[in-house]
Amino acid sequence: MSGAGLHADRIAQPAKLPGRGALLRIGLEALAWLAWVAAYFAFPDYLPLLSGIAIAALFALSLDILVGFAGVVTLGHAAFFGLGAYSAGILAQQGWGEPLSGLVLAALLAALLGVVTAPLVLRGGDLAGLMVTLGLGLMLYEAANKAHAITGGADGLQGVEMWPVLGLWRFDLFGRTAYLYSLAVLFLLFLLARLIMSAPFGLGLRAIKGNARRAPALGVPVKRRLIAAYVLAAAYAGVAGALLAQTTQFVSLDALGFQRSAEGLLMLVLGGLGSLYGAILGAVAFTLAHHLLSEMSPQFWQFWIGVALVALPLIGRGGLMGLLRRAVRLP
Amino acid sequence: MVTVLIDGVASGMLLFVLACGLSVTLGLMNFVNLAHGAFGMAGGYVCAVLLNRYGVPFVPALLAAAVFAAAVGVALERTLYVRLYGRDHLDQVLFSIGLVFVASATVDWLMGARQQLIQLPAWLSGRVEWAGIGIGRYRLFLILVCGAIAAALHLGLVRTRFGARLRAAVDDGVVARGLGIPVNRIFAVTFALGSGLAGLGGALGVEVLGLDPAFPLKWLVHVLIVVAVGGANTILGPFLAALLLGVVDVAGKYWVPQLGAFAIYTAMVLLLLARPQGLLAKAAAR
Repeated sequence: MSGAGLHADRIAQPAKLPGRGALLRIGLEALAWLAWVAAYFAFPDYLPLLSGIAIAALFALSLDILVGFAGVVTLGHAAFFGLGAYSAGILAQQGWGEPLSGLVLAALLAALLGVVTAPLVLRGGDLAGLMVTLGLGLMLYEAANKAHAITGGADGLQGVEMWPVLGLWRFDLFGRTAYLYSLAVLFLLFLLARLIMSAPFGLGLRAIKGNARRAPALGVPVKRRLIAAYVLAAAYAGVAGALLAQTTQFVSLDALGFQRSAEGLLMLVLGGLGSLYGAILGAVAFTLAHHLLSEMSPQFWQFWIGVALVALPLIGRGGLMGLLRRAVRLP
Repeated sequence: MVTVLIDGVASGMLLFVLACGLSVTLGLMNFVNLAHGAFGMAGGYVCAVLLNRYGVPFVPALLAAAVFAAAVGVALERTLYVRLYGRDHLDQVLFSIGLVFVASATVDWLMGARQQLIQLPAWLSGRVEWAGIGIGRYRLFLILVCGAIAAALHLGLVRTRFGARLRAAVDDGVVARGLGIPVNRIFAVTFALGSGLAGLGGALGVEVLGLDPAFPLKWLVHVLIVVAVGGANTILGPFLAALLLGVVDVAGKYWVPQLGAFAIYTAMVLLLLARPQGLLAKAAAR
């Protein structure tokens, strides 16, 4: 709900000169992205963790398109992430290590899976759809687990060899290229997502989420929009998975796990539903907390993530982004 | 062949006891409670601890497990769940997944991650030979106990005043409220009953389903299938769904082990697509 106000503002703006609020926002946005770049110089020892954060942010972004904007709840989004990871990983393993085409392939395959499964998920009621996503996610996990010859099963996919990005930058041992590559992809896809979400398409999604019965009266083709959002989110998740496969040069079954789907939702709610920056913020906060807490003990981590999951819906929406908005009084 | 069938029926009955509480939560409050399996896990651990550490006999341990799970259920329902009725599914899903994580981590911390084993009493171990077919005594016991529970639930739902009110509330909560039926109180009682049964199912299932901190997630899908396929307004629907599921599951593991859990997930998705309202649901939507 809080996102809607922000949005209306952005649409109303272009005719006028940017006001104080808009300037503040642009400043904050620039600052946020500069922080990502600054992190590269400030924490050279933590670059693998930072690429992990960027990838998690992209995954959260893709979930946000589906859950936050279109209002479709899914428990199996990791299916697309994992499919992207495995397709990019297997492509490179089979001798074509060009990263960008790997991303494109992952996006296409994930989108294809999205096209195939979207009618199934969006067909039944709310609840049946939710369970279908859960079932599909688990099916894919089992399939990857059993198809040992192709995916490496529980041992993970090994022997992923990447070529330099654009033929210029090799993936180095310290994860410098990996981080900048992930960050660049995140940034570009973020811009694209923002463009799409402020286009009539995104507004239509909001209308559907707000009231799916009234949306057709406004001329929004509900079914088609939802399928498109589902496929778009699938492609984004596929790219995120491919990034993970390419930067770590390894794919494990975790990429498809239920835990990943649940964590993605948590990031989203932590950051603030229905705002693209919220997804990124949530991913950053979540991954950092994971890193710090799980160093103490994995059970400790699981306990606190559970507490966070229980507490967040009780306390209310908005997440970190809502806090931030109230703190700087953005509209 | 017959042995596999009976094993399947036994584990199906177990799944029914584990899951039937959830069908009420879903049907009555439209609440997606993914944490239902956690009550089963709680019951299982109570039973295992009582048996192994304190030497309590098997049947009292089972009852204690059910009572404990019901108590936990009531406490959580009154303090936490009640705040999330009527909220959208995302909130409920996150909330209940969170509960599962907390429960798993707590159990892991208290009891360790390994499988819990229990020693069945002598009168339940071993097999009986009957017409040339060997049947595990415990399987037989499961079928009898769970069958009795299912029958009692069915009669309770169909014959008693409480059952009639419950059915009315599931059918249309708003109208039922209008008729003066205390829907919230009915729900609290049913929630307690459902969690207690889940605890009993978990305790009975230590021997058959296994018990470790991953229990709620491992059996989540099975429990959800029973409910989703069975529908909310009858006992018979989930019961048939659970039997079907148990037989398919056991037969699948027995004859085509390389397929693993894949068969179950596929069956769930297909059934959901074919009958989104449940196996026995009337064609008319609500």
